[in-house]
Amino acid sequence: MIEARALTKRYGDKTAVHDLSFTVLPGIVTGFLGPNGAGKSTTMRMILGLDAPTSGRVTVNGLSYADHRAPLREVGAMLEARAIHTGRSARNHLLAMAATTGIGRRRVDEVIDLVGLHEVADRRAGQFSLGMGQRLGIANALLGDPATIILDEPVNGLDPEGILWIRNLLKQLAAEGRTVFVSSHLMSEMALTAEHLIVVGRGTLIRDVPVAEFIASASSNSVRVRTPDPIRLRGLLTGEAVTVSSSTEGQLDVTGLTTDEIGLRAAAAGIALLELSPVQASLEQAFMELTADAVEYRSFGPDREEVAV
Amino acid sequence: MSTLTRETRSVPRPEPGVSFAGAVSSEWIKFRTLRSSWAVLLAAVVAMIAIGGLIGYVTGSNWNGKLDPEDRVVSAPLQGLFLAQLLIGVLGVLFVSGEYTTGMIRSTLAAVPRRLPVLLAKALVYGLVTLVTLIPTTFLAFGTAQLFLHHFGHGSSLSAPTALRSILATAVYLVLIGLLGSALAWIVRSTPGGISLLVAILLVVPVIFGVLPGQWAKDVTHYLPSEAGASFYSSLQSDGALTPGAGLLVLVVWVALAMAGAVVLLRRRDG
Repeated sequence: MIEARALTKRYGDKTAVHDLSFTVLPGIVTGFLGPNGAGKSTTMRMILGLDAPTSGRVTVNGLSYADHRAPLREVGAMLEARAIHTGRSARNHLLAMAATTGIGRRRVDEVIDLVGLHEVADRRAGQFSLGMGQRLGIANALLGDPATIILDEPVNGLDPEGILWIRNLLKQLAAEGRTVFVSSHLMSEMALTAEHLIVVGRGTLIRDVPVAEFIASASSNSVRVRTPDPIRLRGLLTGEAVTVSSSTEGQLDVTGLTTDEIGLRAAAAGIALLELSPVQASLEQAFMELTADAVEYRSFGPDREEVAV
Repeated sequence: MSTLTRETRSVPRPEPGVSFAGAVSSEWIKFRTLRSSWAVLLAAVVAMIAIGGLIGYVTGSNWNGKLDPEDRVVSAPLQGLFLAQLLIGVLGVLFVSGEYTTGMIRSTLAAVPRRLPVLLAKALVYGLVTLVTLIPTTFLAFGTAQLFLHHFGHGSSLSAPTALRSILATAVYLVLIGLLGSALAWIVRSTPGGISLLVAILLVVPVIFGVLPGQWAKDVTHYLPSEAGASFYSSLQSDGALTPGAGLLVLVVWVALAMAGAVVLLRRRDG
């Protein structure tokens, strides 16, 4: 279990994380979601004691990271895959890490097999592809067989097979009762992997909810209608709290009415419907809406002052 | 049971925690598994011995020619140390700065979050490896020079005054310079930064003090790492220089101060 209480980190006059409180529970995969620059990596570094909080506190299983007798056995982490000396082989890197905590050679071989690096384990890590680097980072995280696992953007740079592998691995780790905390800026990825979401933007907490609830609450559900007579149907549907828009010829996107209501009204007026389907907002959209004000760098837009922050 | 689950769950004995011995073992693995460690160390060894032989030959064959007095002293064949100190210093810098330039430091500090054991373990491993390598090296450099000097009839032996002290002190001096390089690398966290700083301290600062007018500048010079070191390893006592023992002490104080600065910064800074 990871508990952050009023966690704040400032670098000079820039606030990276502001008054962040959350709890990450064991047994499920918890997604840590936010646009780039939202403070996810900073928060993870504070969990591991690499960065000291300006104020507030974060503990893992009740203790500060550094206070654990064997931190590697308590928390396994991958913060950016490239936290590895490029001149050393994967195996030697893992052996050096394992030695700090008295973890044996057998466990090193085990994690190498587990992440599928067996054939390249004796190659210098500098020659690794991005995906191999990610796998080595994950092997490093699993070395101490920890009850808590923290991964920063683990699917970055992985091919589809690798992404699938990570997804299943995370679920398996959570099913074994571990605390699994995974950051991503990709909502769609989290929707497939995580059960719970902690959403941050500009260093502050935006939402702390189960994934299902997040989708339901944030979605602006609409109905797509195709008809040979869009003008008449539009007149029929327009009303208080109903918006009708049309992006394609013969197609209306309606919010504020259910499929039943639209279908009955059209039938009553004798208008043929070629399609009548509910459209659930994609998670990506929901995420974008939520964090619209919290994106650090925007490509363009009228509110330039916010961009500069 | 999957391969991920703890296999020793039923064993009551607690699993080992993070320890200083573990940190030392980890740093030893790190040192020996980098090709560059051995390459630079080998270069220093070769430099000491080859230059020793060269000095022995040149000095022996020109004994009655135009030679400075310090070319004839017992410690003269050990002057390969001027090159070796740069190589050993770079090795000391790299052992630390390599962690920062590659990002490895984050893995290292995550494994040993108290941090101080990492610095001490690195210094211990580095100090032992270089000392064990350099003591035979300085003996060999001296011996190689003697092969030539004896050939020309001007050889000396280990029993000559100051010979043994110079040979051992040269090895110790090089180790201490390497540790100074490590400390500087902890402070600046960069390879070029650490090397530049070390070269400045060893080669540039003494020259600046040398050209400054006034006796005070000359007095200060004796306390710089390179000059204090020279008092320690050289057979020749220059005017106003420190005694060998005082030279060693001053050098150790320099290294200790740099390490203390490194410790303070390492504990306070974000990884």
